[in-house]
Amino acid sequence: MDIDALAGCLASPACLVTQTTSGLIIGMLLFLVAVGLTLIFGVLKVVNFSHGAFYMFGAYFAMTAYQFSDSFALAMLCGAAGTAILGLIFERVFMSRVYGADVLMQLLVCYAFVLIFDDVVRMIWGPEFKSMGMPSAFQVPPLFIAGGVVPPYYLLLIGVALVAAMVLGLGLARTRIGKVIRAAAHNPGMVSALGINTGLIYGGVFALGGMLAGLAGALAAPVRSLTPGMGFSVLIESFIVTVIGGMGSILGALVGALLIGLIRSFGSLGFPLFTEGLMYLFMVIVLVSRPSGLFGKEVA
Amino acid sequence: MKRTRQPGISRRATLALMGAGAVTIAAPWVARAQAKTIKIGMPTILSGRVAQLGTSSRNAVLLEVEKVNAVGGLAGRQIEMVIRDSKGQPQEAARVARELVNTDGCEMLFDGEASSGSFAVHEVARDLGVLCIHTCSEASSLTADPKQHIPNAFRCVRQGIHDSIVGGSYAAAIAKAKGLKKWATCSPDYAYGRDTTGEFALYLKRFAPDVEIISESWPKLFQPDYTEVVTKILQAKPQGLYTCLWGGDLTSYIDQANIYALFTQMEVFAVNMADYTALTVVKNLPKGIHSGNRYIKTFPKTPENAAWGDAYRTKYNEYPTNWSWQNATAVMLLAEAVKKANSTDGKKVAEALRGLTIKCPFGADGTVTMRAEDNTLVGYAIGWGTTIPQEPYVPEVKAGDWKTIFELEAEWKKSKGYT
Repeated sequence: MDIDALAGCLASPACLVTQTTSGLIIGMLLFLVAVGLTLIFGVLKVVNFSHGAFYMFGAYFAMTAYQFSDSFALAMLCGAAGTAILGLIFERVFMSRVYGADVLMQLLVCYAFVLIFDDVVRMIWGPEFKSMGMPSAFQVPPLFIAGGVVPPYYLLLIGVALVAAMVLGLGLARTRIGKVIRAAAHNPGMVSALGINTGLIYGGVFALGGMLAGLAGALAAPVRSLTPGMGFSVLIESFIVTVIGGMGSILGALVGALLIGLIRSFGSLGFPLFTEGLMYLFMVIVLVSRPSGLFGKEVA
Repeated sequence: MKRTRQPGISRRATLALMGAGAVTIAAPWVARAQAKTIKIGMPTILSGRVAQLGTSSRNAVLLEVEKVNAVGGLAGRQIEMVIRDSKGQPQEAARVARELVNTDGCEMLFDGEASSGSFAVHEVARDLGVLCIHTCSEASSLTADPKQHIPNAFRCVRQGIHDSIVGGSYAAAIAKAKGLKKWATCSPDYAYGRDTTGEFALYLKRFAPDVEIISESWPKLFQPDYTEVVTKILQAKPQGLYTCLWGGDLTSYIDQANIYALFTQMEVFAVNMADYTALTVVKNLPKGIHSGNRYIKTFPKTPENAAWGDAYRTKYNEYPTNWSWQNATAVMLLAEAVKKANSTDGKKVAEALRGLTIKCPFGADGTVTMRAEDNTLVGYAIGWGTTIPQEPYVPEVKAGDWKTIFELEAEWKKSKGYT
């Protein structure tokens, strides 16, 4: 425990800026993965254990597109669009068959696909780790804000994640499709009786969730090494985020992800040997005080 | 009184049947003892995040076995390698090793496991008494600790303590020359990371007593994001940074530290940087990272080493790794030991291996020795240098002095109670 270091940082604007942006970066990437997970659970009532694979595919799709085109924008687009298509196919061909089955069967199918997707990546891209490399436009010195260090690429990353959060939030709250999705989450039988194709909605929601995870993977690709199985570690933290925020709540995912990011960022200064433990401790405190998460709906 | 014979099988017939059965059951073992080929079993990591290292071990072994077989094999017997995936799990490594000997009839073992698995395979070798050569584990205690010593097990691998002595003295010389007094460390949070970092710091302070470690970071093994670690180090403002992150963890760390311009703010010492697995993957490799040599074909700077690196690349379309040279050396040592013993009997070969010196492309002076006192490899090329982003990646390597290594290693063993 190094409380002096933590107190010193909180008293220094430079340190405060650096550590806060560091927390936002970790949090925003987590949010993009976790929000897809929570969205799929909210509408389909399925805990998608294979969600980390979409993060992995997003990173690999982006890397491949970048290698061929040298365009960062196209790489992001391919990462997001590729995983959306993959998500749609996965849901229509496999997941839609186990909606009525018990949780164990759903879990087994998802876990089987975690292994299958990892092997597919291994066969296509090889077992060794890969690196996409930072696009030349972002190979610039970091910015100094109030003395704190902020890399320009991370500003872009935070910006993209914020825009995604806003579009998603507003889309679900204000648009007709958003209302239909929310209605399907609440009462799919009634939505179906009104002549709306619920299969299409389920497929669309799964594709959207996959796309957000793929976008996170694509955004992470320039700064993280790519390996088969890379989605697993992200998945665990995403589950922590959704449990803290409340399963099915988008606002919960955002708040939960940012809290985890800030805990990691400031915890590494004050509790260097207990940073991981802090995350779990926080989760335990939330679960004890609010079993359904910070923004989850209480089960009657 | 006339004795009447009981119906059924007589005692004599039963004995004859048992005898015949015993011969039948024993036949494969007799046949095996006379077999022309000699099977060598090898558990290694062929799947998971470090599969690349296991694959490069297998490749190197097969490259060398091909050469040995081409000139008649081991004492006239062709080598047949039986290589199995342990998935990097110690219990699986032990199970596979036992199965290779008991079921597949392997007469020797090459243990291609990382430190965690090699201790498990070591116990199998102790139990079965089979000749075992460890080819990947760098944990010093595997051979330095007398409790681990068994006459039939050898280590043909670089050793953590050797790297730390050379790295510590190299870093101390730079620390003194450039006035680097404040240091930080950032290493993976498991036995290898903790031990290697502790030993490096020990020798850094020994050679440069003014040095102070002001910050330590212990990220998890295979952690995807190092942002909080990078910013923590930036806050501490050290003048020197040591890391023993490796593989994909090291490349992620470099990519993430690069955009914070960390490498322009301090001297970085990354012991595992100079291996082609990392050097060729990082797209924006900063100039001037100090690294220990893992495997590079330009150190030792000899035609033999360069030719070996090129031959490997031609055959497998990629450069060898640190694990490759160690596995290749194991085959070279075994072939010479069998020649010396003129036998493939495990005990005789072990006797021949002890203290054996052979010509080797990876030797500091063109030779390596299997030291008799602790059955471990010494005399291999070891040194540190600075990286550049393109071939030859580490243009100048300052070689470690084996006389100093031996002296300090003896001291270290004494301090640990090993001698």
